[in-house]
Amino acid sequence: MSTVTEQRPKAPGRWAAPPRPVWEEEPGKAGLAGKGIALAGACLGVLFPLWIVIVTSLSSKKVISDAGGLVVIPKGISFIAYQELLSGGQVTCATLVSLGVTLVGTLFSMTVSVLAAYGLSRIGSVGHRWFLMTLLATMFFGAGLIPTYLLVQSLGLTDTYLALILPSAISVFNILVLRGFFMGISQELVDSARIDGAGDWRILWQIVMPLSRAVIAVITLFYAVGYWSAWFNASIYLSDQDMMPLQNVMIQLVQKQEPPVGMGQAIKTGQVSALAVQMAVMVLALLPVAVLSPFVQRHFKKGMLTGAVKG
Amino acid sequence: MAHSTTPGAAARTDPSSATDTAEPSDGGSGSAKAARPAAVSKASKKALKKASEGGTLRTRLKRDRTLILMTLPAVLLVLVFNYIPILGNVVAFQEYDPYISDNGFVAIFESPWVGFEQFTRILDDSAFWNAVQNTFVLFSLQLLLFFPIPILLALLINSVIRPRVRAVSQAILYLPHFFSWVLVITVFQQIFGGAGIIAQTLRQHGYEGFDLMTDPGIFKFLVTSEGVWKDAGWGIIVFLAALASVSPDLYEAAAMDGAGRWRRMWHVTLPALRPVIALLLVLRVGDALTVGFEQILLQRDAVGPGASDVLDTFVWWNGVRNQDFSYAAAAGLIKGVVSLGLVLAANKVAHLMGEQGVYKK
Repeated sequence: MSTVTEQRPKAPGRWAAPPRPVWEEEPGKAGLAGKGIALAGACLGVLFPLWIVIVTSLSSKKVISDAGGLVVIPKGISFIAYQELLSGGQVTCATLVSLGVTLVGTLFSMTVSVLAAYGLSRIGSVGHRWFLMTLLATMFFGAGLIPTYLLVQSLGLTDTYLALILPSAISVFNILVLRGFFMGISQELVDSARIDGAGDWRILWQIVMPLSRAVIAVITLFYAVGYWSAWFNASIYLSDQDMMPLQNVMIQLVQKQEPPVGMGQAIKTGQVSALAVQMAVMVLALLPVAVLSPFVQRHFKKGMLTGAVKG
Repeated sequence: MAHSTTPGAAARTDPSSATDTAEPSDGGSGSAKAARPAAVSKASKKALKKASEGGTLRTRLKRDRTLILMTLPAVLLVLVFNYIPILGNVVAFQEYDPYISDNGFVAIFESPWVGFEQFTRILDDSAFWNAVQNTFVLFSLQLLLFFPIPILLALLINSVIRPRVRAVSQAILYLPHFFSWVLVITVFQQIFGGAGIIAQTLRQHGYEGFDLMTDPGIFKFLVTSEGVWKDAGWGIIVFLAALASVSPDLYEAAAMDGAGRWRRMWHVTLPALRPVIALLLVLRVGDALTVGFEQILLQRDAVGPGASDVLDTFVWWNGVRNQDFSYAAAAGLIKGVVSLGLVLAANKVAHLMGEQGVYKK
């Protein structure tokens, strides 16, 4: 019977199915087809809208007007909408703002979080329990929007980029995930480093961090996506249009249908389709996350489960 | 490093010795166990604490100063941006006037107290009760329509045995989770909006177009389906992990006993998911009053507050937009207190079920 239980060895081809254990039935044709259609449908449901957005942003004015709006089947590629967007003006500025806030914010959040996670991962140090409780308690109650708003105002953070970073800089959940991972690192390794004369900084930098690359990549992505997608803080703490990040400009542009400042001319004279410009802004907004997340993807499960639900 | 050579530090960083003294019967497995402090048993935890508390507070402070220094920035951030604003909730009992002083927070000390006046005002406000109703309707819709979908998707993906197909479809399904709400709503607008691709195609073929994005009647379904598009794929992760931990022996044994494909699904696969489903359900109920703040705020103008306002947007509208800070803070406080009760209750239930909940017991 032992030959039966030895199932699913390495697949021979990349797409080939691994051999099926003998007790498992061959799936029927109808079942297989149904499964395929359901899965393909779910995936298409995600990809089709993105496809339309990307194709429309890459279409020339003529193709768009021929299609009577959004383009499904591409006929020729034109980068004119992107040229228009990135040749200065509001959108260029907003993209730079978003990139800057995301980079600085993520770096800040990661530094604070990794340090705190390491500090809290050494059980039994002075104040360990108090610090942990202080952080944990915030997972149960928030202060509420209005008092936070008043605080940020009276700290003088309004109309500065700090208002986009500081109030939501750290996520306690992320710190707990990191901490859980750090605590799983072999204690003998840390001990031997300490015997060799390494202090906590060196242990963190040269032992703990390199061993936690996977979870650090995941948490970095979470923070970066958070900063990149944020628009609410900017909408209530910033009043200067020139300081607005990309998401807020996108709200203006696509939802309220206002042409971007500094490039209304090209749209009015009819060289560029306004629709293509809107779609190009959307592509700008989705591009970084769509490019980055697949690389970190294989670590999601580990990262998510370390601190989250242990089923 | 000087402080690492003090006896206290040695005891702290070498829990295996502490464990061995506490549980001599543990023998060889003791050190392996102690390598994961999370798994340390109660007795050894006590021994660990005892060992680490060796020495006066001053020597311990000196020993742990680096760790404290490392933890401090996070604690400070949380104190400033999470704890101090809690005190700011007192404006709910005032007639707060931000212009009474140069500094908004100082103005709190100078504004007149009005007791529970703001709260009685709220309870008479039909807009508030409308927001409460919308919140509960949206929560129920999410529970009924959103919650089961990741489970079904996880079962579907789990039944695919080609690793490549699994990996690719997972990658695609995870993707929308990382898009911003602005982007998700804009995508929906381009598909289902008045100028969207469906309405356009209909018009081109001589039918009447439609605009789902501004229709108050279906707004709650729209919000729910946006949530499904964005996060259903992400939600499958926990379920897939639970399914991956099921021993294949169980399936084989069931098959030997004559259970067919569906029988095995019913008696092996679903029981494996049950604890995860129950836990997520409990935690979701604990979070019932929070239903998509950003998402709804972005679409509030299109459908009007009657259909769209939930508790969070009600607070935003009255506070940030109308600058009626005390009124909004009072509404926020009501929501916060009820939410805290729900979360604590949900965690209690999770513990009773033998699960961890948000925090460990």
